[in-house]
Amino acid sequence: MPEIMDRIREANRAVTTGIDDSAVKHWVTVYIMGKAYRVPADITIMQAMEYAGYRFVRGAGCRAGFCGACATVYRTAGDWRLKTALACQTRVEDGMYLVQIPFTPAEKPAYAIEEEPADGTPLLKYFPELARCVACNTCTKACPQDLEVMDYIQAALRGDLEAITELSFDCIQCGLCAMRCPAEITHYHVAQLARRLYGRSLPVPKHVEERVREIESGVYAEEFERILSLGREEIEELYKKEQREKGGLKSRDASRVTRNG
Amino acid sequence: MAEKLKLVRGYPEYMLESIEAVQATRAQRLEEGPPPGMSLEEREELLKKYHPDYAPGGKRPLVAGPNKGELAPNEVADLLEAYPLVEPGELELKVDIDVDILILGGGLAGTMAAIWAHTQGVPPDRILLATKLRHGDSNSIMAQGGTQAADKPYDSPVIHFLDALGGGHFTNKPDVLKALVEDAPFIVKWLTELGCLFDRDENGEFVEDWGGGTSRPRMHAARDYTGMEELRVIRDEFRNRGFGLLEFYPAVELLTDPKGRVAGAVLWNMETDEYKVVRAKAVVLATGGFGRLHIRGFPTTNHYGATADGLVLAYRAGAVLRDLDTVQYHPTGAAYPQQIVGLLITEKVRGLGAQVVNREGEAFVYPLEPRDVEAAAIIRECYDREKCLVTPTGLRGVWLDSPMIEELHGEGTIERRLPAMFRMYQRFGIDMRRDPILVFPTLHYQNGGVETDPWGRTNVEGLFVAGEVTGGVHGKNRLMGNSTLDCLVFGRRAGIAAADYVKGKGAPKAVTLDHLKGFVEELRAAGVPEERRSPILLPDYRGKRVLARMIDLL
Repeated sequence: MPEIMDRIREANRAVTTGIDDSAVKHWVTVYIMGKAYRVPADITIMQAMEYAGYRFVRGAGCRAGFCGACATVYRTAGDWRLKTALACQTRVEDGMYLVQIPFTPAEKPAYAIEEEPADGTPLLKYFPELARCVACNTCTKACPQDLEVMDYIQAALRGDLEAITELSFDCIQCGLCAMRCPAEITHYHVAQLARRLYGRSLPVPKHVEERVREIESGVYAEEFERILSLGREEIEELYKKEQREKGGLKSRDASRVTRNG
Repeated sequence: MAEKLKLVRGYPEYMLESIEAVQATRAQRLEEGPPPGMSLEEREELLKKYHPDYAPGGKRPLVAGPNKGELAPNEVADLLEAYPLVEPGELELKVDIDVDILILGGGLAGTMAAIWAHTQGVPPDRILLATKLRHGDSNSIMAQGGTQAADKPYDSPVIHFLDALGGGHFTNKPDVLKALVEDAPFIVKWLTELGCLFDRDENGEFVEDWGGGTSRPRMHAARDYTGMEELRVIRDEFRNRGFGLLEFYPAVELLTDPKGRVAGAVLWNMETDEYKVVRAKAVVLATGGFGRLHIRGFPTTNHYGATADGLVLAYRAGAVLRDLDTVQYHPTGAAYPQQIVGLLITEKVRGLGAQVVNREGEAFVYPLEPRDVEAAAIIRECYDREKCLVTPTGLRGVWLDSPMIEELHGEGTIERRLPAMFRMYQRFGIDMRRDPILVFPTLHYQNGGVETDPWGRTNVEGLFVAGEVTGGVHGKNRLMGNSTLDCLVFGRRAGIAAADYVKGKGAPKAVTLDHLKGFVEELRAAGVPEERRSPILLPDYRGKRVLARMIDLL
């Protein structure tokens, strides 16, 4: 099938190499740090900067919305408001003025988590600036993940670890909240500590403890020895059997078994 | 200039007919369950015809180095058969930094290696982690689906072993795989004690899901931010312990002592062009994989820095590689919209019950075949049977029927269990709770790599490896949930082994680039063109027009 592979390569050229003008139908103008560039309309801010000639060192990480490396501040034509976005997850708009934030110079206190009580008290101890929150909601407006950042800072003041965990869980630690905060709070570090404290307040499930003990005491040694001594055909048979029977757990219909088998 | 494309609910208008066809068959598909799985024979047949690893072309035998004569993808061979960026004699090798352990790479594996080398007794100021981008910029942080660990009563490490072995076509290195599955429950326990939050049900029990090719549900997830949650917890731990850290400092070459043992690395500041010579008694290589090489022209799920640097460096230092001839294509990458082409649609979407459906609304494949089989089936549907959609930019794809998840598990499940995915589509105007999403296979994972024993040791003394840069544990095909596990298990093991290795050892007598001499001679003898250099460090996506007008003046 060489022709199939060639067709796939051809179809993906615009995303696997630089964009060629001949393939572009629609254009917009964006201002990268104030300079105008004409760029294809249907691409992300990150792709547009690359199209314009930037080869990222800072400002590009996972390129999929998980790492927070490409925090971007922008304004659109005719609008006075500053907006924020992830460059890899945001389409360019005509008249966009933009700059990337390459680094957040935020302080992170060090702590030994195992020595801290698994409640809310360490939060104010390590982040006394929490008390300076004026509830202006700028952090929430700055969050490219649309999290209720101010709400979790308020929860931190109350020491409510569960609420912080729930509200901050999808935080990618891009730093935009901290850069905009008039009280100089480093929200994402506060949330990190809170989630770890909350996590530590939950017990390790018994079956996990039990399985670790079993493995350490060699419960599976004999079975492994037997399996490792099998020939290819025997082990294939065993594999097929497990795949077929799935331990009696509603075989085949993967969708129905999601909780505890 | 062409008309602006009309979008309805985020999709071009012409796709609506097919979306309706998918809706029309949904009730019946829910009722009947997914189509049956394939037999091993059917799988083989399909792979041979439609998987990019098996389709002719794309690979060649290496002409130099420890794996001379073995097959590697052309894009990888181009980097392995390439001259160093700096040759012996070009640099003054005065030592700038002296440590016991140098860790290269800042994902899960590298971070684990630091923490566990410290736990094993090496002081934090004698451990340095250097990474090409920021600490955490890695494929690890993007891992969505989960981490496998056989910790439920219905499961056992032996069954986990069997699943991974079959998924890897029985080519996995058994002793390394055994270490992976036996350490898994401990890793989950340890992470939980550090405060890592795996999904739990209302009774506080872990929610454990199925993954492709697993015979038991054992996937531990943190919503669809699993790798991010694991990474940010252990990175926080790393920061608390005060290790040395250099960001935007990739290694461009390993250093060796006069006996050929690895003795440090040359690092390069990407922003100032200054190099630093780091002397170390041991090096842990945790540099990840090669997705950004776009093997066979596929888009990729990988992070920006996945350019095989570690493979290249280890190979020149004499490390033996294995299973480089297989590449993992994830069956479901985004095929639309254009802005997110290639990005990962986690297997968890299928684990939660979404079926893979063609243009006419037919479920044409069991949704949880091993990844290579699932990918081949989608390629067949798109390029042979042609029952696919074609996007405005000419990409082909089939539907992943995400609304089934809400039907099966109740409204709100997608937002709760797949928030990252939901958010991504929402940003581009698509509601995956209501409409299916368009997918096509994407380059996901380097199955092979530097050969290792169960403790991350290689055939080169002083060189330890962990994570995607290694080969053997997954054989020729990795299962979902075994990659984050691999990084966590072998990052820890490599850290411990490196700590034991450096104990009582003096600093290397000298640091040299002498190991390059023989390799470079071999390349010249084989006629490798002089301009071919590696590692490449970053891919290049600059526009063609600007590249044509670029001049280097300063």
